[in-house]
Formats: sequence, structure tokens, C-alpha cells
Amino acid sequence: MTMGSDYQGDPKDFAIVIPVPRPIEKGQIHIGDPKLLERLDAYSSPRLVEYHDPDPCVPHDYAAAPSAAGMIQRKSASEKDRARSLGVTIEASYTVGEYDILILSASQSSGLATWLRENGYRIPRGAAQVLDSYVRQNMRFFVAKVNLGEKTKLGFSTLRPIQIAYDSPKFMLPIRLGMANANGPQELFVYALTRKGRVETTNYRTVRLPSDADVPIYVKDRFADFYRALFSKQVARENRQAVFTEYAWDMAWCDPCAADPLSREELRGLGVFWVAAGDARGGGSEVFLTRLHVRYDAAHFPEDLAFQETADRQNFQARYVLRHAWSGDLACDAMPYIDSVRKRHEEEARTLATLTGWRLDEIRRTMKLDAPADDGAWWRKIW
Amino acid sequence: MPALAPLSRHDPRLWQIASLTCLLAYGTAFLGFDVTAARAGLIVVTALLAQLAGTLAARLPFFDPWSSLISALSLCLLLRTNAPLVAMLAAAAAIGSKFLLRFHGKHLFNPTNFALVLVLVVTNDAWVSSGQWGSVAFFGFLLVCAGRFVVHRAARGDVTLAYLATSLALVVGRSLQLHEPLTIPFHRLESGALLLFAFFMISDPKTTPDSRTGRIVFGALVATGAAYVQFRLFRPNGALWSLVLFSLFVPLFDLVWPGRRAAPVFGATAFQPQPKGAFHAPILRLDLRPRALPVRRVFRRAAGARLLRLLRREGGHEAL
Repeated sequence: MTMGSDYQGDPKDFAIVIPVPRPIEKGQIHIGDPKLLERLDAYSSPRLVEYHDPDPCVPHDYAAAPSAAGMIQRKSASEKDRARSLGVTIEASYTVGEYDILILSASQSSGLATWLRENGYRIPRGAAQVLDSYVRQNMRFFVAKVNLGEKTKLGFSTLRPIQIAYDSPKFMLPIRLGMANANGPQELFVYALTRKGRVETTNYRTVRLPSDADVPIYVKDRFADFYRALFSKQVARENRQAVFTEYAWDMAWCDPCAADPLSREELRGLGVFWVAAGDARGGGSEVFLTRLHVRYDAAHFPEDLAFQETADRQNFQARYVLRHAWSGDLACDAMPYIDSVRKRHEEEARTLATLTGWRLDEIRRTMKLDAPADDGAWWRKIW
Repeated sequence: MPALAPLSRHDPRLWQIASLTCLLAYGTAFLGFDVTAARAGLIVVTALLAQLAGTLAARLPFFDPWSSLISALSLCLLLRTNAPLVAMLAAAAAIGSKFLLRFHGKHLFNPTNFALVLVLVVTNDAWVSSGQWGSVAFFGFLLVCAGRFVVHRAARGDVTLAYLATSLALVVGRSLQLHEPLTIPFHRLESGALLLFAFFMISDPKTTPDSRTGRIVFGALVATGAAYVQFRLFRPNGALWSLVLFSLFVPLFDLVWPGRRAAPVFGATAFQPQPKGAFHAPILRLDLRPRALPVRRVFRRAAGARLLRLLRREGGHEAL
């Protein structure tokens, strides 16, 4: 498990508490390279593909040119302070990289919350009850905070992702603790690297985002806005209760690739222990990547995310298509082509309005479409 | 060639076929179920062909496609696979299990349940997406199921109610024990998969115990097993695994608590059905008749038989 946070603030205020199903030894903890998560994000983020219309007077095949764009947001992290011990068992204490890490267990229900609070951790209201239920499931707590001395020594300006390697039948992600201190909904991206196939949630709907839609060319300059609007629209459509699949692909190849597939070394760096090390690009078909995006809050996501690995190896990516009309000279009567382009633009405007909830007239204005769609009247084609 | 078994207007299977078809249409149109029309067609055709083959092999006088249709529709709802062969295998296995895996005139496993577990175990291309229903579907579904109870006077509803009540008690009990907010157990129970299982799969009169006591104990045990798989083994689809396991013990339940066998429902026509369990040429039949055990009478008395006798109005409709 690799955890990256988009924590913004003073590193000394940073701390995370993560319930883990079993005790963790020092060798099981590793500090990852933030570039790996960036690579994974670039490789799998929703993207635009562009197609250029050929000269309608010289028929030939379409050429495809991929381009990449994406939005990156990370799960908000909690803010807590430093501490001393009281009432709970500190099973282990390690310094790994720039983090001081404690593995805690608690036998009594409210002991942990009390301990954390009395020791300077800012525990949000509501967190005590959540911690309590994890304590009763006999879970351990992985508490990490930044060791400023080590951080300065190592010279990293941002916080690097923490990695934990453990095996457990509990294929789940505790999100309830994070909701206790969040203002409004939180964004979470889950990248699952598996052997068999796509990963989905078993206790919430997992929904594919709309994909392969033709959208107006101007979306290229506003892709982040477009994608955010599209995602929000889909979240609302699913009553805020769904997890969205943005990407599901065999990592051996991609078409089109927004970024090069990850090398075996990079995959191993992300914890894919079953691929052999080596310089060859691509992990082969041994690795299947699922990227899930969830916007959650306590009202709509009452329980932790539970996952299952399915046998589904069907590839999916959230991609949106730009079709550039032919802009060169026309050496023939190209009225049918011009008509088709006009119709296409109108359809793209409507698609964009449906996907994002943006106003159709504004879209038309931005696209400089003069009038609503060609009405298809028979007499337009006479002369 | 055997004649087509009629389907009366009052046959509960008609309701089942109609509601499963609606659920399938709703699931594919609005919930993004990964079932194409071609895939659904493939499953239905395979199941009907398997039923026909079984009917001919067993020399049954009537070809009864309705129960197979129910099994096929529920497979469409539950089974996910990208391999057409796996879909066909599941459909054939579901119907085949009715003819091949029999014990004392009853098939041992619910056909859909058996087929799902089989393809999950033996192939690498199948999965069940239990979380795909969502709350809108849940409440619609609940309405349909409740309506069915009213319309058909809860024939064999005992096993469904026992299953649901035990699940409720276990899921809520666990959350109370863990001091979790009650939104968690209710979210867990608000599952279309749970309703589908409770109202369409476990209630199958052909695979549940004959007596009401047996069915109530059976329903409670299946729910307990499902909770064990979910909360102790942390595996999905607990109910499917649990049902297939406890189905093995149904003959034992029938020995301990004998009861009246559910009659096949062919409607109120002049048609005189040969009891489904009594055909004479099963390909493999483990015929171990349950004999009244000496403990039986004692047990009946001890188990509060008066209430049970009151309740014992056996229905007999086919489930998945």
C-alpha cells in the first residue's frame, strides 16, 4: 500500500493515523518516491485524444495524435501534533525516512482517542467513536508524523508517500477516520495493481465514467475544468454514492498512451512484488491497473470501502475525443462535408452540455456556432 | 417430444419471470450492468436447451421451460464474465444440476447458486458484482418483493424471513458490538443483492427443507454462514458460499424434520402433473429415503409444534 497525500501546510503539523489489520514491522515500511505516483497518475489520468479530419476532397485514413492532460488532486490529510504516551500500547516505534512512526494498539475502547488527544494530537470531534470501532476489531494504528530533523537532513521539500507492505484478507480502505476531520467531501484516488483483473468496491456501486465522447475543440484549453464538471455531474447523477472507474488496463500496453507504461523497476517500487526486476519496459500482462476515483463524505459513505478483485480484464479509459475539421483549401464541392461538420459541432455542444451541465447557449457562444443545428430542411440541399 | 408445461396466471413463477426481467432491464439500462442482450440471450437459450435435453434424457412427459427461464434470468443478473463459454457453462451447469445432483427426488442445490459457485471455483473468468445495485434500485426492489409477499401470501416465505431476520440481527449486532453508528449496518443491509438472494434464491422450494422448522433453521444457518464469510473470512459473496454449503445438509434436515414436499406448480388447469421429484429415469439418483427417526416425535413436541402446525401451510412455487 502506497499512500500519497496532498498535504499543504507546515510539515510539523502533519500527522496521519491509519488503522491497519495487523502489527507492522520496520522492514514492512518504506518511503516511496513521489515520482512513482506522479507517473502512475500521468499514465492513467482521463485524457483527450485528437483526430484531424483529412482533406474531404482527398479521402484517406484518419491519423491519431494523442495528447495528455489531467487533473491531480489528492486526498486531504489530517493535521495533528506531537505526543507522549498514556494508556495504549506502543507496539513499535520507528524512524523511516523523514517520518517518525508508531504502531499502536489499544485494548480499551476510548483509550486511543484519549491518548492521542492528551498527547497533543488534534483529534476531530467524532473521531473518537470511529477509532473505538477499529479498536474493537483488534486493528492496529499506524501513526506517522514528520521528523523535522530527518526531513532537513534528507533535503526533501515535499512529503514523500509512505508505503506499507502487509498481507491481510481484509481488502479494504478505512475512510471513516478521514471523514471526521474533513470540511466537506474529500477526493480519493485508489490505484490498484493486481494480477488477475479489475478491482471494484463490493459495498458501493462502481461505475465507469462516460468515455469516448466527442467534445468541442475548446475543451483542450479547459480540460481540467471540463473534467471537474463532468465528474461532479456524474457524482450527482449517482446520488453521491458511487465509486468511479477512471482507468482499467493491462499494463503491458496502452492505446493511446498518455505516458509511457511503467517499467518493471517502477512497478516494483510501487509494491508489485510479483514482477521480476529487470530493465525491460512494461510489466507484461502480469499487472492490471485499476484507477478508482471517489468523492466521499460521511452522509453518503457510511462504511469503509471494501474491494474485490474481479476476473475482468477488459480495458477501459476515460477519454474524450477532439475532432479537428479540415482547415486547408477545399478543391471541390465540399458542401456535404461542411454540413456534416456543422452538425457535428452542434452534437459536440450538446454532448458537452450533457456531460458537464454547462449551459448550451454559452457553449455555442464559445464555439462560435451561429445558430442551432441545421434543421435538415429538404430545400437546403437543392441548390 | 414432450408437451410444453402450461404456465397459469396464478403461478408465482410468472411473477418471478416478470420481476426478474424488469430488474434485468433496469439494471442494464440504468445501473450499467455488464450484460449485453446477446449475452443474456446466450444464457437463456443455453438454459432452455439444457432443460430440453434433461427432459428428453429423463423422459419427462412435459417440457417445463419456466423454472429454467427463472434460473437463466437470475444468472444474467448475477454472473459477470467476459467469456461466452463460461456463461454457457454456467447456464448448462445450473440446469444440469437439477437433473444430475438429486437426492430423494429433490435437487440438492439451487441451480443458479450451484452454477455461480461452480464457475467461480473452476474458471478464472467469472465474478459476481454484489455492490452494483444502489439505493434507488434497492427500494424499488423492496417494494416488488413486499408486493409478492402480499400477493402470494408468503408461501415458503418462512425461509426468506428467517434469513432476513438472522442477517439483520447479526449485522446490527456486530455493529452494536463494535460501537459503530447504525448507518453502517443499515447500509450493509440496503443491498439489492441481499434481497435478490433472500426472495429469489434461498426461497427455492425445491432445495429448501420440507418442514417449516427445517426451513427456519436452514434460513438462519445460511445467514450465519454468510456473515461468517463476510466478517471473519473477509470474502465477498458470503451468501452464495453459505447456501451451497448448507444445501448439502438439507437431506439431513428432512430426516430430522420431515414435512410435506412442495408440489410443483403447473397452475390450476386440468393438467395433472407428475410430481417433479418423481420422474423415473434420473441419470444419477442417490435414493436414500428419509425414514422417520425415533427422535422425530419427541423433537416435534419439543420444538413447539403447535405454532408450527398453525403456520404450516405449504406453498409450492419455484424459485431461482
